[in-house]
Amino acid sequence: MGSRTVVVGASVGGIKTVQALRSQGYAGELIVVDAESHLPYDKPPLSKGYLNESLGRDRVNLISEAEINSLVIDLKLGVGAKKIDVAGNEITLEDGGRIGYDNLIVATGARARLSPWEAKDGVHLLRTLDDSERLRKDFHGARSVIVVGGGFIGAEVAAAARHHGLEVTIVDPLEVPMGRVLGDPVGRLFIKLHHLNGVATHFGNGVEAITGSKGDLTVELTDGRLLYGDLVVVGIGAVPNTEWLASSGLLIDNGLVCDEYCRADGQANIFGVGDVARWFHPKRKELVRVEHWTNAVEQAACVAHNIVNPSNIVSYAPIAYVWSDQYDWKIQIAGETARVADFVVVEDPSNENRFAAVYVDHSGNFCGVVTVNWPRAMIQCRRLLENETDISRPLNLLNDLLPGKAK
Amino acid sequence: MPVIKADLDLCQGYANCVMEAPKFFDINDDGVVVVLEEEFPEGSRSRVEAAVRSCPVSALRIEE
Ligand SMILES: Cc1cc2nc3c(=O)[nH]c(=O)nc-3n(C[C@H](O)[C@H](O)[C@H](O)COP(=O)(O)OP(=O)(O)OC[C@H]3O[C@@H](n4cnc5c(N)ncnc54)[C@H](O)[C@@H]3O)c2cc1C
Ligand code: SF4
Repeated sequence: MGSRTVVVGASVGGIKTVQALRSQGYAGELIVVDAESHLPYDKPPLSKGYLNESLGRDRVNLISEAEINSLVIDLKLGVGAKKIDVAGNEITLEDGGRIGYDNLIVATGARARLSPWEAKDGVHLLRTLDDSERLRKDFHGARSVIVVGGGFIGAEVAAAARHHGLEVTIVDPLEVPMGRVLGDPVGRLFIKLHHLNGVATHFGNGVEAITGSKGDLTVELTDGRLLYGDLVVVGIGAVPNTEWLASSGLLIDNGLVCDEYCRADGQANIFGVGDVARWFHPKRKELVRVEHWTNAVEQAACVAHNIVNPSNIVSYAPIAYVWSDQYDWKIQIAGETARVADFVVVEDPSNENRFAAVYVDHSGNFCGVVTVNWPRAMIQCRRLLENETDISRPLNLLNDLLPGKAK
Repeated sequence: MPVIKADLDLCQGYANCVMEAPKFFDINDDGVVVVLEEEFPEGSRSRVEAAVRSCPVSALRIEE
């Protein structure tokens, strides 16, 4: 019997889902639609290698045209989906076209939260390829940039701007921006990293207003201080793209609400994948929405499995994993590192740019890890997170990896 | 048999491949991928394909 799966969103979540469907033997028709006209591209390089111009456009492709053809994917670019008729199993596009489906994947991701401050021009957001290209171009004519937001994107933009030789200042209302993810003591190490790289920080201080125009912008902080820069980049988080689902009757609450099998609440043939999906995490026993690359890939694999094996569906209980490149630090984070009871830092005495922090939850179990420039330590600890263990195992393992110790 | 190829210059040591298919991949002390078994039987194809898909820098591919 013919079957058709329609995917809305041709980014990480959508493309990895169709690849996983074919890999798992799905023989039905595959249609992928996206509002953007670019061939599917990846996002992490947009704030790293692509922004600092060490990577070309070819390294940002998510899938080649050859693979699109060999997997027989009907890719419809440049026209967004406007709504779903859930009872009729049909979506309507912005241009009025309609597409029926047997299975629908919602992979519309998220967009950058808009700047609440308005200047004439020179204020950037960073989410899409076009955003990254615009910013890169402006970096060339600028001497200084003020980055609003000290999270992953803000810190990476600061690093890329330093790479371009710009003078950089970062602002965030939190005293320790990375503390949100890693706890304040570990988060403080990342502030030091900014300073070591010649970046000025104003943390614990919000933005009151941004005025002026490109080449002559003023950022006023809540304590009244004024900062001047040629450009401003606002990296203050993302919001899920669910507006097009508003009329569908599907449950929307900070994302498309899904069950533990990633099916939209109460639906057998609508699935959520990636940044837009807020699903019931069976181990954490709560709804979670994750804005990380690896989550989109793993969730795509789970949804593909559940479409191909409807009588043997599996729940989705990933161990979170995210990386970030800031200056010469390659940062990797796995598991839970924010809501924890305690942590231990392990340093490599032979390399001051290398350390790990191991986190413990309130029942005394090992629950998360962050490593800096230490991939081998990360993978070994990350695999330990698959089973319950106390903190002695990851600590022994890290000690064994230190130089001079037996392997 | 199909063969796994890794581009060691591209690899960033993210180790998603190791999580997906530890039988085929590991990370060395320099933080670079090691392909443990280059050839794989058809029965392992979807595992290996999942590992290839999980690589954030497209450092892995399958040669038929
Ligand atoms: C600059 C940047 C750097 C990042 N760096 C890292 C990193 O280092 N590590 C990490 O783990 N994660 C990183 N991430 C996060 C990671 O890229 C995201 O988690 C991932 O892109 C999520 O994929 P997605 O497909 O769910 O959503 P998105 O990538 O947001 O894609 C959604 C797609 O849906 C389309 N769309 C939206 N609405 C509609 C509609 N109505 N109709 C049709 N199409 C629509 C959009 O055009 C878009 O192509 C980064 C993100 C950004 C923006
Ligand atoms: S997933 Fe890719 S980057 Fe990561 S270790 Fe494997 S090959 Fe290297």
